[in-house]
Amino acid sequence: MTDIMASSFVRRDLVAERPAPVKTTGFVGLLRTRLFNSPTNILLTIVSALLLWFTIIPSIRFLIVDAVWSGNDRGACLAENAGFTVGACWPYIQAKLPQLIYGFYPEAERWRVNLALILAAALLLPLLIPRLPVKGLNASLFFFAFPVVAFFLLHGGGISGFGLSWTAGLLELFDDSIVSAGHVLLSLSKTSAIAPLLWVVGNLIVLVGIAIRWLIYPLTWLRDQLQGTGQSVWVDFAITTAFVSLIAFVLGGGIRTGWRALASSIATFVAIAMVIKLMGLDHGGLPIVATNLWGGLLVTLVVSVTGIVTSLPIGIALALGRRASIPLIRIFSIAFIEFWRGVPLITVLFFATYMLPLFLPGNFTVDGLVRALIGIALFTGAYQAENVRGGLAAIPRGQNEAAAALGLSWWKTTSLIVLPQALRHVIPNLVNSFISLFKDTSLVSIVALFDLLGSLRASFSDPKWSTPSTAFTGFAFAGIIYFIFCFGMSRYSLFVERRLNIHRRN
Amino acid sequence: MSTEARKPPLQIALKIRRLLGGKAGWNGVAVQFAFAAVLGWIAYEIISNARANLENQHIAAGFGFLANNAGFDVNQTLISYTGSDTFLRVFVVGLLNTLVVSAVGIVFATVIGFIVALCRLSPNWLVSRIGEIYVELIRNQPLLFQILFWYLAVLAALPNPRQSISLLGIAFISNRGLVIPQPIGQAGLEPFLAALAFGVVAALGLRIHARRALFLRGQMIHIWPYVLGLVIGLPLVTMLVFGLPITVQLPQLKGFNFAGGARVIPEFVALALALSTYTAAFIAEIVRAGIQSVHKGQMEAGSSLGLSRGTTLRLIVVPQAMRVIVPPLTNQYLNLTKNSSLAVAIGYPDLVSVWAGTSLSQTGQAIEIITMTMGVYLLISLVTSGVMSVYGWRLNRSLGA
Repeated sequence: MTDIMASSFVRRDLVAERPAPVKTTGFVGLLRTRLFNSPTNILLTIVSALLLWFTIIPSIRFLIVDAVWSGNDRGACLAENAGFTVGACWPYIQAKLPQLIYGFYPEAERWRVNLALILAAALLLPLLIPRLPVKGLNASLFFFAFPVVAFFLLHGGGISGFGLSWTAGLLELFDDSIVSAGHVLLSLSKTSAIAPLLWVVGNLIVLVGIAIRWLIYPLTWLRDQLQGTGQSVWVDFAITTAFVSLIAFVLGGGIRTGWRALASSIATFVAIAMVIKLMGLDHGGLPIVATNLWGGLLVTLVVSVTGIVTSLPIGIALALGRRASIPLIRIFSIAFIEFWRGVPLITVLFFATYMLPLFLPGNFTVDGLVRALIGIALFTGAYQAENVRGGLAAIPRGQNEAAAALGLSWWKTTSLIVLPQALRHVIPNLVNSFISLFKDTSLVSIVALFDLLGSLRASFSDPKWSTPSTAFTGFAFAGIIYFIFCFGMSRYSLFVERRLNIHRRN
Repeated sequence: MSTEARKPPLQIALKIRRLLGGKAGWNGVAVQFAFAAVLGWIAYEIISNARANLENQHIAAGFGFLANNAGFDVNQTLISYTGSDTFLRVFVVGLLNTLVVSAVGIVFATVIGFIVALCRLSPNWLVSRIGEIYVELIRNQPLLFQILFWYLAVLAALPNPRQSISLLGIAFISNRGLVIPQPIGQAGLEPFLAALAFGVVAALGLRIHARRALFLRGQMIHIWPYVLGLVIGLPLVTMLVFGLPITVQLPQLKGFNFAGGARVIPEFVALALALSTYTAAFIAEIVRAGIQSVHKGQMEAGSSLGLSRGTTLRLIVVPQAMRVIVPPLTNQYLNLTKNSSLAVAIGYPDLVSVWAGTSLSQTGQAIEIITMTMGVYLLISLVTSGVMSVYGWRLNRSLGA
């Protein structure tokens, strides 16, 4: 018994306290583990601290400490007047701010720009916050209603007709083109070697054209009648409303289930009528501001928002076309996408500015801004197509097969099942494309449009403000604006990506 | 009673339907015809409108203008060019300028990009933060903004040539551009180049031989002494025999400007600087993603095999990372080449600037000129993507996938 007691070991007194382990958390821990843990790292830390010292301190001095904050002209920003080495010349930005934001937009009409920007923000912000409801309505307002409203708000002008007149005009234009093509073939048939064939085809085309003309005669007749009356817009509007609502009602399932479609159609038209009435579009609308007066941040935002809104449908259509089994459509989509992706944006803008007007009928002039917009929409559309295609490829085959088993048509499968999932997958990529689109809008300044960068460059040549620090101040200001927008978008894309990948984390 | 197998029905109609209309069958054929008709109609409208418009503006279509005299000067030419040369030569001059600025940009972008990527991966907190700041700052500003910033703000703020900043006394930078020493070929140049080329080829041959010996017979051959002798020693010997291959002419300040040396125009400096720093930010992210894509276990497996850290990196980690890095890296090179077209904003005489800019406004041949310009870029990117798909195919084959 005592043996065991003697051989077992029982500690009688406490062990001396050991020193606490080296702290690896907090600021001291950071210093110890990530900055000064080895000679090389100490050297690196010192070198990078020096680097920061020589870049950050002068930048802050330039932007804040040495800056001139008030003045009326360049005199305030000259070193001999200020008495010290002058940094940023902020009064110059203050004086040029209207030009940098609105361009030459008339001062009395600038509230329209502000209103359009507020509208855009009010529609876009709820769209970006995932938790808020009614995404469908919100998206359709932003993508369809807002561009139209913004156009009439920013550009001004009214409408002389509505759906009926537009449809009639469009069909007439199309028909004229068919008939003239037929006539060209007929005139060719007098000289060509395959004359009889051309003659037959030409006559056939002319015949088709004439048949179409008779077919659309009721429409054109109605339009001509409407032109005479004083209330052409409202009568046209009423007819269009009735017609479209009826179609919606019938397609929605008639008496049994069509009431919902009818109600939403009528509600939409009532909303449109309110907008028309509110903006006075039926009698001339707001005064017209030609686009060559637009400039600054306004043009940057108009170009990027239009690019975003138009490139997405183009991209979806091209992506679906590229995956289609119909050979011609697939080949066309591939060629189209690869073409636009293979050329630089600046040549696209040159194409839109110099070559596109040659392709349009002689009496048909396109505004310079619209030309750039067309170029950018096609260019970005091709890039978006590749993004969307990535999303489509990520959808398992089973989804398609399940839809087919339920008896859904291709259109329903695509719009109800494939696209919603595919687009959700690629939101981060789409946002990244929007970031590059936003940055690329600066290129329109090369084709004589004054966006933010163009206006900035134009303001450098003002002798009233030419000082050594003018250029640096201007670039600092524009750089901060661009950075805020792009950085915000990239953080948003990261946020969405993290949200989408939540189920993969564990 | 024996039943013969029935012959399968004729599949020709089905096959034709499949070929013409895909899965959609005859509907697909109809859609296709409608689509072709619409395309044909658009093409017809474009051609007839273009013809009518050209007639109205009295522009003769066709490429005949290429042989006309250009009549304007270009301020940077790699081949001899004067105002009395043809438009075709202007095209070549512009194309060469585009290529040279892209090549310089690619080299610097790769170097800066790899350095920034290493900074971002560094265990040192401050260094990785600096890399991150660089990437975020550069990526979130438009390239055109950066080009204009370097050109209008930084280069314009530099002193005039008399007070130009000296870089180690051999190169001088001022608001008139960069002046660098100019190498001038001497009598010994040709033998030197021949020896160098022979040395490089022989070294490559040796390497192939050594690898074959290693893979087939497991025999290690150290080739580096021979390679050093071939690549450095042989040219040195020829230099001793034939004299110096080149002499370097240093720029010297004379009066208000520099005499001697080669002058690099400020537009080139601004463009190359902006292109390389901008693309470097993207390359840094690609390289970082590539290196992080290699599993940590690879490194551990390498060291458990007894390989040193450097050998593990060289033989195991980097080859796997390169597989992830190379395709997007090529894409960035392509982007840089396409972005060099922004030269037109500051007047660097690249393809877009002298060809789609000056030549277009002189001749008015919009269709021909813009088609040629787009064609060049399209050709470059199609060739690159062709090469890349061959690379991807070889990679897949070598992986046995």
